[in-house]
Amino acid sequence: MSLHQASLAELAKRLAARELSAVELAQHFLARIDRHRALNCFLDVRPEVTLAQAREADARRARGEHGALLGIPVAHKDIFVTRDFASTAASRMLEGYMSPFDATVVARLSAAGMVTLGKVNCDEFAMGSSNENSAYGPVLNPWDTSAVPGGSSGGSSAAVGARIAPVATATDTGGSIREPAAFCGITGTKPTYGRPSRWGMIAFASSLDTAGLMTVSAEDAAWVLSAVCGFDPKDSTSVDRPEEDFTRDLGHPVQGLRIGVPKEFFASGLQPEVERPVRAALEVYRSLGATLVDISLPTAELGIPVYYVVAPAECSSNLSRFDGVRYGHRASARGDREPLNLEDMIKRSRAEGLGAEPKRRILIGAYVLSHGYYDAYYIKAQQVRRLIANEFQQAFTQCDLIAGPVTTSVAFGFGEKAADPVSMYMSDLYTIPGSLAGVPSVSIPCGFGEGAHASRPVGLQLMANYFDEARLLGAAHQYQLATDWHRRAPPAFAD
Amino acid sequence: MAGMTTTGWEVVIGLETHAQLSTVSKIFSGASTAFGAAPNTQASVVDLALPGVLPVLNRGAVERAIRFGLAVGATIAPRSVFARKNYFYPDLPKGYQISQYEIPVVQGGALACIVEGKGFEPYAKTVRLTRAHLEEDAGKSLHEDFAGMSGIDLNRAGTPLLEIVTEPDIQVANIEQAASEAVAYARALHSLVTWLGICDGNMQEGSFRCDANVSVRRPGAALGTRCEIKNLNSFRFMHQAIVYEASRQIELIESGGTVVQQTRLYDPDRDETRSMRSKEDAMDYRYFPDPDLLPLEISSEWIERVRGELPELPAAMRERLVAAYGLSPYDAGLLTADRASADYFEAVVKALPAGQAKAVANWVNGDVSAALNAGQIGIGAAPVSAAQLAGLIARVADGTINQKTAKEVFTSLWQAEGATADAIIEARGLRQISDSGALSAIVDAVLAANPKSVEEFRAGKEKAFNALVGQVMKQSRGKANPQQVNDILHEKLAG
Repeated sequence: MSLHQASLAELAKRLAARELSAVELAQHFLARIDRHRALNCFLDVRPEVTLAQAREADARRARGEHGALLGIPVAHKDIFVTRDFASTAASRMLEGYMSPFDATVVARLSAAGMVTLGKVNCDEFAMGSSNENSAYGPVLNPWDTSAVPGGSSGGSSAAVGARIAPVATATDTGGSIREPAAFCGITGTKPTYGRPSRWGMIAFASSLDTAGLMTVSAEDAAWVLSAVCGFDPKDSTSVDRPEEDFTRDLGHPVQGLRIGVPKEFFASGLQPEVERPVRAALEVYRSLGATLVDISLPTAELGIPVYYVVAPAECSSNLSRFDGVRYGHRASARGDREPLNLEDMIKRSRAEGLGAEPKRRILIGAYVLSHGYYDAYYIKAQQVRRLIANEFQQAFTQCDLIAGPVTTSVAFGFGEKAADPVSMYMSDLYTIPGSLAGVPSVSIPCGFGEGAHASRPVGLQLMANYFDEARLLGAAHQYQLATDWHRRAPPAFAD
Repeated sequence: MAGMTTTGWEVVIGLETHAQLSTVSKIFSGASTAFGAAPNTQASVVDLALPGVLPVLNRGAVERAIRFGLAVGATIAPRSVFARKNYFYPDLPKGYQISQYEIPVVQGGALACIVEGKGFEPYAKTVRLTRAHLEEDAGKSLHEDFAGMSGIDLNRAGTPLLEIVTEPDIQVANIEQAASEAVAYARALHSLVTWLGICDGNMQEGSFRCDANVSVRRPGAALGTRCEIKNLNSFRFMHQAIVYEASRQIELIESGGTVVQQTRLYDPDRDETRSMRSKEDAMDYRYFPDPDLLPLEISSEWIERVRGELPELPAAMRERLVAAYGLSPYDAGLLTADRASADYFEAVVKALPAGQAKAVANWVNGDVSAALNAGQIGIGAAPVSAAQLAGLIARVADGTINQKTAKEVFTSLWQAEGATADAIIEARGLRQISDSGALSAIVDAVLAANPKSVEEFRAGKEKAFNALVGQVMKQSRGKANPQQVNDILHEKLAG
């Protein structure tokens, strides 16, 4: 079994037994990253930095340390700022930007001994569902390179899908972990909002942004999640709870588990080639002893308009700091005309530095917050959001977990939805409600599409109530013990 | 310029004051708030609005807001909300200011002041407050010295401000008097915030900035269009600016024009206000609750603890001084103009036996005050300590020296010519002559040397008596006990 086919537990065992060094492990993945540059997963790779971190991990082990993550490689979504690699948010606005500090998630994983492979591509400022919005080119889906990997965490999902990184951090605001995980046939984990610190995450929508993980399995995710989550006094929205071992429920059988199936998630928008594997997955749970319960989330269908009012409102404000004054792209006085004045400088810097999708969302956001429209749009959307969150609480009195599809379709082709933003936004139909409520959720592979899409994976979404990640990952793991979808790698990347 | 008296016009004024709170670090970051540092040396990553940073509220700023609210009898909101005020300016790094909009921390309240001015007797006035809220200060823009560009210093960005807003309670049919009321309020507010120790009140350094909203109307009519005069950084300029502005508006309307709502700056060199920007181009700030901060919850326990730690407030202290020591309200008012003076006064009183409070008040409001003014220093820098002054007054009280000698000793103490009053009295033999034998001898000598005065006195001329007293004082080089001299002279002249 080659190193990129091993689980994290297996790698940790071999590292602990000194059969393998962190340096060797890092070199293995760096070589694969280099070999598969065509995927365009990585935006910044610095082998000398990675190997220095690996040597430090080996030195720590030599000094007697033995944490589970010591020496394990990780790729970071380019939304997390890092001191040792550029942080661009996949935007021209931050081309070459070097942060003086690390994001807390990055620092925590570093402290645990993980070794950074580099920064991975995403949709610009985390806005998108296909990674077609990156200023540095799209990412290819390793299962079918004519298809998108999903977004916004497309670089993270494709890297793990192609087995060129064993773990990648990612962020989920409306589905940006779960959807690309489904499209790339891997496990994507979005914890409860507020569990992972947002310090150092380049902000898109502050009340929704949640850091999470791309891994090959739920078990691997549970291994890493404890290091990702934790109270941070630098983040006022950080939840103050004791540290948790998220592997504790991995072994629990799902006998007696009540799984709610929302009827609204199986309505007309859902493609049959997605519905079939998802329903089959639900049957697997039933065969394992879980009970399927019909539930209803009637307001969930308003999730998309709610999200596309609230998220742009917050991002229109969060992106105002990119004005060319203190850092980032400033409209140049070299060559073309000098800025006439301050206003001209700010306008041109932003016009040149920001891509079309961020601009679109800034315009929407400014509009819905503007005088005369604030009540009708922003306030109304937040009120409906409250209703959606309440419905989840109501549902969780009838079931322990909620299950359904992640997306309406398998990965689509490049350019298929790019021309119609609204159809692109519909990709998040099933993931947005959980984001608006802030509940933890995972996507796990459960099959493939059909016909021309036979190589494009399908994902099953599981959601739990707040802070119930251990049970969520435990249930996901039990499915992965009974099935092998998660062990399948795309043929071109298996060796 | 029209005359200062107004015929048929009422001036209406409301005031907004930004008081910089005296916390050591900024309201949302840990950087220092100390004045005078080299540019951009006190701006943390949070103040610079680097990608990924988040605000964390400074508890000390909240505590100072609570203190203020209690001191003005306002309601402390049990739950208040921080909101983003969005606009672009280079000294506003995030592109938005964190402030409070719909739900401020302090609501209501009132401030009493004494209005003084030309042409009328001082009178009491109470100005109601609408609200006071917490917000962050912006940085500074410097437009000179940078060759056509602007220099941005972000040291001030993030300094905590308490914005205090009054109702338009100043409504006077006389321009000068209206200006006097505004200045009286501003002085009283300045005195209160420094008294409470929540603001250092340094107007030159920008710690206390007043804006005046001025409008005019026919008595009984609806409020006129107002103009905002910004950044009045001295009470004198405030008075002048209001007089100019009210006159300008009246002249404008009387000549057929209409007042345009706008922001104006006062130019002290030319004694005029000039339009800064028109409110018609008014910014839509697109306020919305800041998703990076939780609502501020203030428990009643916290409020009561702050209430218990409040110092005695000026108004209460004035009443106490009048009641306990029989001081006049005027004297009590002078003594409580600032906390340092009040503390000094009380320290002197406490170091003396009972019954000396009036004498102390006279000394502090008289000789001490004059010496402070002459030296242009505050009472904190007084070279005569409370203990030293008490020592001096004690010697007058016990008859060791008379009042005239005491003034000499005071001057010597002020010039540090002796450590205590006793030391100076001893060194220069200034003891009052109270020995009746010695005094009798001097009186006898004076009577013998001034037969004409004696005759005139016996003939009924009172002034002759004073001349004899004067001679006795001269013979004794000012050291004779005046009361005893009086008694002995009367005795001898009667006999």
